Order: sequence, then structure tokens, then C-alpha cells
Amino acid sequence: MNRRQLWLSLITLGMFALVPPLTEIIDQPFYVDMMARVMILAIAAVSLDVILGYGGMVSFGHAAYMGIGAYSVGILSYYGIDNGFIQFPLAMAASAFIGLAFGAMSLRTSGVYFIMITLAFAQMLYFLGISLEEFGGDDGMSSMRSEFAGAIDLNSPIQFYYLVFAVLAMVLFMMHRLVKSRFGMVLQAARSNEKRLQAVGFPTYRYKLVAFTIAGTICGLAGALFANLNEFVSPDVMHWTHSGEIMVMVIMGGIGTLIGPVLGATAFLLLEEYLPEWMELLMTNAGEHWAIVMGPILIAIVLFGRGGIHALFARKGSGHG
Amino acid sequence: MVEPVLRIAGLCKSFGNLIATDDLHLDIGQGEIHAIIGPNGAGKTTLIAQLSGELRSDRGQVSFAGRDITRLSVPARSALGLARSFQITSIFPNFTALDNVALAVQAHAGHSFRFWRPAHLDPALRQPAAEVLERIGLDSRAHEQAANLSHGEQRQLEIAMALATRPSLLLLDEPTAGMGREESAQMVTLLQSLKGRLTIVLIEHDMDAVFALADQITVLVYGRAIATGRPHEIRASAAVRAAYLGTENADA
Repeated sequence: MNRRQLWLSLITLGMFALVPPLTEIIDQPFYVDMMARVMILAIAAVSLDVILGYGGMVSFGHAAYMGIGAYSVGILSYYGIDNGFIQFPLAMAASAFIGLAFGAMSLRTSGVYFIMITLAFAQMLYFLGISLEEFGGDDGMSSMRSEFAGAIDLNSPIQFYYLVFAVLAMVLFMMHRLVKSRFGMVLQAARSNEKRLQAVGFPTYRYKLVAFTIAGTICGLAGALFANLNEFVSPDVMHWTHSGEIMVMVIMGGIGTLIGPVLGATAFLLLEEYLPEWMELLMTNAGEHWAIVMGPILIAIVLFGRGGIHALFARKGSGHG
Repeated sequence: MVEPVLRIAGLCKSFGNLIATDDLHLDIGQGEIHAIIGPNGAGKTTLIAQLSGELRSDRGQVSFAGRDITRLSVPARSALGLARSFQITSIFPNFTALDNVALAVQAHAGHSFRFWRPAHLDPALRQPAAEVLERIGLDSRAHEQAANLSHGEQRQLEIAMALATRPSLLLLDEPTAGMGREESAQMVTLLQSLKGRLTIVLIEHDMDAVFALADQITVLVYGRAIATGRPHEIRASAAVRAAYLGTENADA
């Protein structure tokens, strides 16, 4: 990470830290929930980018792990276990386990097959969610907020916001260490030339599998937060379009960087929120067709904005993130 | 006779109807440079792929230092001290030259499930890597992105990465491929400096390089070894002339 990237990361996090007092001033508490949502998706996007951008694994089913995390909280809550100290570790363990199992099978393939098999596994979980009548089927189920023995109160939007903020900051720092560690070097080398990596002596499969599992675990953590944000869990969170959206956040923000996906999640969700309103100003009823504008924006970013939003701020900052 | 470092016994590989390696028997002795020559399509690169573990052999056996390695994976063979270079330059283009070599060092410095300490600040990786780069004459380019190195430098980097794994057997697939006369001569000097310290299996089209370096030469035609011997014997062999040397120009 060069100086500019470090500053970009610190400024971005600084702005997130300032959201609650600012919304206080302008008396728009709604934004706190909105930005908490942004940060939760940012955590998911960062975790995807660790395998997608750094490891070159195009996983098209990453939302599945958000679903596992969310359902872990929801199901435990359904059975009356609201203790976050139990819910969160279990949500992560479940995501890790599923990530390990799916990864073990998916990573035996590569290229298009890898994309399709990760997509298929995620859809499998989506349909499993729909068929679980006990847990609401496709209507989903409501879920109580996690309790942390009085240490933090998640029913307070501000406290919840700063919990998510702390998790995001921690994830960013840990992944920053990870991508530069010995493990991270192997991961990045696997993206550019796996054959060479094996020739030089690395059994690449197990390194990729561990990376895949780590990404799933972190995304599961995002899912556990997501369930708490909405007080609700439904199979929609695992739908393949949601996996696609997380991938778009990564690409929009800057693939192969850590702060990029955070910027991408912010841009994507804010556009999704406000594009309809802006279009409504131009023409009545235009808002519902916001995707007509969103689509070309995404295409333009992919075609012309190589490196995404991140590249606008931190030129010459790719490679080692 | 001393036990050979590498013993190839009855090795076969075919792709459909095409027989790439046809019942090949070959012993390669400790410390020798053994060149494998032959016209295009003779199965030289296939053989390297079989020896390095990238391709599964249909039949036959490969033993390395007295151990049967026929079924071992590429990384497992690397761990035993078998390293290779690629005919088409194969490096990590967005890493620096030093990062490339340090990664090769790292591959043989215990497992890499180490998630916290920055690898590029680790002297246990950087120092041996820098030494190899110096030995190979690339030290002045250590911090250049590998993608920006010249073709000749990238070929040198290939060798540096192989050497950084501290191999006892080096499989070199056309190390002078695409090089100019001067760069080729440098590569020959480099390989000469390795002579005796490790065993080298060398595939090469440049006959000047082959005759300057090789202790033993095997001529491969349609996956079969039609002759093995010292350079002067190979030069004198009528069969080799007919099969290969006579058509050298057409092949080059």
C-alpha cells in the first residue's frame, strides 16, 4: 500500500466515523441505518475481493455466505438464543464450514466451470431457504437483535452503527496484513500464474481453499450483522443477483484493492437509493426504471474506468494493494 | 557405476494417436548436463512435463535419487529438489524480480500459512533471493516489475526462480529460446557456472549451446531415444545425422 492508498483508506473510514454526528446535525437519523447497510455490504465486498481480486477466484456465489451468517442468527433467535457471543461465532463457524465444503469441490475446477459451480451452490442454498417452511420459506422470518450481555445495545442505531464500523475497520486491517503476508504472496501469485506457482513448489489447491474459507467466514460475519440490521432474514439475501451485486461493488470500487470495495459498496447502494429519486425529478414515474440508468453506468465503469473508483483517487496503486 | 540421479524406465505418453514419448529409457548421472535434442515434435517438452509431474505418464517409471516419483505431484517433486524452467517464459509479471525469487525461496521455507507478518520485510526470504539474483547477474534489476524486464532478463529470472528452490536437478526447457546471440552466450556462461554443482537436463535447439555445455546428449525422434552418447559420438553418429543434424537448418 502506498501513501495515497493509506490516506484514501483513512479518509474513507474517517468519513464513515463521522456519519452519526452529521446525521444528528441535519436531523436525518435515517442515514445511520442506510450507512450501516453500506458498511455491512462493504465487509462482504472486501471479503469477496480477497479471493476475486487478489486470488483470481471468480466466485459467483458469495452471497450464500451472507445468507448462512444471517440464517445462523435468525434460526438461533427462533429457538430463543439471542446471545450474540454465541450467535456471531456460530454464524462464522457455519460460514467457514460451508465455505470449506463448497470451496473443496469448486476449486477442483477453474475458469467458467468455477464460476458456474459457485453459482450453483449458492442457488442450492437459496432454494433450501425457500423450502424451509419452519423458518418462513420464501417469506423469510423475523429475527430478534443479538444481545451482548449489556455490553452493547444493538437496538440503538448508533451503537449498532459503531459496531459495524469497528468490524469493517478490523476486517480491513486484518486483510491488509493478510494480503502482504507470506500467505498473501502465494494468493496473489496464484492469480497471475498458478502453473508456475506449483512448479516452484506450492501445493496451490490448499492455499486457495484456505483463502476461499476465510472469505466465506468474513462474509458470514457480514450476514450476521445484516440479520441484525433488518431484524429479518429471507432467502433473497442468497439469490444469485445479490452475489452479482456484491461482485459489481468490487468491480465498481476497484478490484484487487481493499478500500476499493468499500467505495464500491458505498457508490452502488447510494445510487440504488437515490437514482430513482433523481430520475423522478426529471420525469414522473421514471424512478421505477432506474436500472436503465444504472446499467450504462456500470458498463461505462467496466469499459472506461479500469481500476474503478479507487483508481480515480490512488493512481499507480495496483498490484500489491 | 554410480546410481543415476534420474532414472527413466519405459516411459510412455500418447495424446490420442500421437505418441509423444515411446518406451523411453534414460539414466542421468550425478552432476552431468544431459542435453536432449531432436526435431520439433520429437516430444522434448512432453518429456519435461512428465519429469516435472505436470503430465501423468501412461506407463513407465521415473526415479529421482533412488525414489520412485512417478505418481508425485509437481509441488511434491519440487520439494524433493527437482526444479524446472519453462519454454515460454513463466514468471509473476506484476511482482518485482526480487519478489519472484523470494516467492521461490518461500516455497521451500516451511508452509506459507502465515497470515500476519509482511513477507517483503522478511530477511529469511529477501536475503537468499537477493543472493540468487546477484549470482545470476540481475541484482541491479531487483526492484523492477518482472513485466518490465527485457526478454533476456525474464529468461534469467526463470533460472533464478528455479535455483532459489535449491534444486539438485534442474530441468531446463530451451533456456535460450528467443534470445539474441549475445544473450545466448551469457546464458551459456551462466549454465556453465552451475556445472558440477547440480544435475541438468537441458532441452535446447541452439546447437552451439548444446555442444558447449553437454556432457551427454540424447537424440529424441518421435518420442524414442535413437542415440545417447558424448557430444563427439553424437556428432559422428550416422543415424543422428540422418534423423536430425542433417535437417537442422530446416528445423531452425
